[in-house]
Amino acid sequence: MAAALRGLKPMRAITLYTLAAVVAVSIWISERVAVPPPKDYRVHITYWEKWTGFEGDAIRAVVDAFNRSQDRIHVDLLTVSGIQNKLLLATAGGTPPDVAGLWSYLVPQYVDARALTPLDERCARAGIGPEDYVPVYWRAGVYRGAIYALPTTPGSTALHYNRALFREVGLDPDRPPRTIEELDAFAEKLTKKRPDGKMVRVGFMHAEPGWWHWAWGYMFGGRLWDGRDRLTLNCPENLRAYEWIASYSRKYGARNLQTFKSGLGTLFASPENGFLCGKVAMEIQGVWMHNFISKYAPQMTKPTLQWAAAPFPYPADRPDLAGGTMTEADCVVIPRGARHPDEAFEFIRFLESQKGMELLCLLQGKHTPLSRVSPEFYARHPNPYIKLFYELPRNRTAFAVPPIGIWPELRDALTAVFEEVLLEQKTPKQALDDVQARMQPKFEEYLRRIRLREQAEGRTHRGR
Amino acid sequence: MAVDSPRLPSRSGSNARRETRTALLFALPWIIGFSAFLFYPLAASIYYSFCDYSVLRPPVYIGGDNYRDLLRDELFWTSLRNTGLYAFFAVPATTATAITLALLLNANIRGMAAYRAAFFVPSLVPLVAMAVVWQYMLNGQHGVLNDLLGRVGVRGPDWLGDPNWSKPALVLVAAWSVGHAMVIYLAGLQDVPRQLYEAADLDGATWWERLRSVTLPMLSPVILFNVIMGIIGALQVFTLPYVLSSTGSPARSLYFYTMYLFDNAFVYHKMGYACAMGWIMFVVIVALTFTALKLSERHVHYGGS
Repeated sequence: MAAALRGLKPMRAITLYTLAAVVAVSIWISERVAVPPPKDYRVHITYWEKWTGFEGDAIRAVVDAFNRSQDRIHVDLLTVSGIQNKLLLATAGGTPPDVAGLWSYLVPQYVDARALTPLDERCARAGIGPEDYVPVYWRAGVYRGAIYALPTTPGSTALHYNRALFREVGLDPDRPPRTIEELDAFAEKLTKKRPDGKMVRVGFMHAEPGWWHWAWGYMFGGRLWDGRDRLTLNCPENLRAYEWIASYSRKYGARNLQTFKSGLGTLFASPENGFLCGKVAMEIQGVWMHNFISKYAPQMTKPTLQWAAAPFPYPADRPDLAGGTMTEADCVVIPRGARHPDEAFEFIRFLESQKGMELLCLLQGKHTPLSRVSPEFYARHPNPYIKLFYELPRNRTAFAVPPIGIWPELRDALTAVFEEVLLEQKTPKQALDDVQARMQPKFEEYLRRIRLREQAEGRTHRGR
Repeated sequence: MAVDSPRLPSRSGSNARRETRTALLFALPWIIGFSAFLFYPLAASIYYSFCDYSVLRPPVYIGGDNYRDLLRDELFWTSLRNTGLYAFFAVPATTATAITLALLLNANIRGMAAYRAAFFVPSLVPLVAMAVVWQYMLNGQHGVLNDLLGRVGVRGPDWLGDPNWSKPALVLVAAWSVGHAMVIYLAGLQDVPRQLYEAADLDGATWWERLRSVTLPMLSPVILFNVIMGIIGALQVFTLPYVLSSTGSPARSLYFYTMYLFDNAFVYHKMGYACAMGWIMFVVIVALTFTALKLSERHVHYGGS
């Protein structure tokens, strides 16, 4: 510095020294004047959640309420898309979040991969138990006898139908179909075709919304898994369900249905949605559908309610299956290797309290997974059918994805079966026999590999 | 290390060693990057292909079980067949389109630069955006393409909804974005010696004879290069079909090899299985490239030789 300055003219040197002095003095003064921020003694935990939009705002409201409620823990909420992949990689890399939102149907797969922390002891200490929940939602987080996840917002499904269209074709808008046979008859009445055979409107179609291609067998009393080591994909009840799907292809033309479906637009959350624009008169949908009706099809709610929800129909010869509903749940987990599991559970406990749960579920327009519901929850809930969606999962006929780790692969295989049947590429019998023959060895191999991993880990543990 | 006084390489041993050391030092960032991010993962993936590996748990060596299971896996063969069929049609289709466009754009008319740019632009469209746009254009009910076909009295198929039409539809989309190959062909065309055309003219050759006997033979090394790159690209097709339908809908007619590989690795947590698939694809690509090189020996003319 001095050497560099020696070459400068005196005036410049003086200016430079003055400037340096000014800078030094101002730093000193600002340090004296500024009030240092209070030191943050709180434990920061990270929470990855998949929701965006109004559902994201809802969870943020709960997180904010938790952060305000105490001064020991601060939850940093991060919205993460494709959460299942990122959670996989972050956990494998040893830097998982402290809490993560996952779907209940992925829990067994993540447990098999040892990615989640069991919550049994923490639940017991906090007094959280099965009696606090609607059973089907409690079971969603339990796998191989241990608790790995607790439900956040649940979903149950019901038949949604368009009352205006019912009126248009002379059906009673207050009398939804009760049996599958009635559903077929109503659907025929509601379907509209142009003279050239092109479909303008369908009464009911299995491919819409097309999210639960695996679920139809359950509506007929079928199962996908025997509870142990056998898949039961081609059981008689499942076959009957797929025969039912095939009957629509025969009746309306497989190609007609497919072309019609492709014309419905690809975006669910848009006014293009088949149900919202009145091109699909009846479909199976979940408790959340009300939100999208209000947002994208306000004409269906005003001046009078133009849609309704009812339990999904059952086969006329199986009245014992009445009130069947497909349930699923978003849930929270503590990944293995999380840095602050105790603080994470503290937050989960707040979230799972009646206050936290009702705040979240109300803002997301869903029902609560808890066994107790406050009267205010119903009073303030915007969905006119909220009690139906809450009551349906309590039925004995409520069902959920089978808790097996191979589920994602099985789900994709069943989607392909659905399309093969719908497009008449295979008969239902052939399609189901084929998928059973293909997936059963895969399932056995999956179970064998899990045992292999456990043996290998057992050896390492003994070795230590 | 004076830049302005280049010295001849010294023959003395210590100097050579020092230069080697300096060279290695300069190459070190690359060597580290290559080893950590390319060589190690490649080598590890060979090992993992012989393991049960879910990413989340340590790999367990299981010998050739993954390869054995793959050979018995019907979906493996389905995805391989889909990919093979797609490549079989997409490579000739894109090659023909690119050469035709390049020949047209090689003409000497006003505003050629603008035309060339116009035909190159599709290659700049991100694949995801392209997939979404084509999804609308190929829509069976309201699609632009079927609307145009309807005007000439043809009832178009449900392109992406009919298993018989979904692969041709994908080939069509692939043929639309051939800009990169087209530019390479164009450069190749401008390298064809003018005197060859003059000689052909003197012999009274028609445009077809000129194309067949002068242009295509002189272009053959470029064609070989583009075809090999095309085969590799077609066998690895992923983004376009994945955006159209991640399950390869309808009825898995658009379920390609890389999609099954991706699902195994990141959705089904079978990383070892996916690694085995990756290495099988590697062998297939090497074999096809080698075959293409061998088959082309007699048909490719290098100007320099």
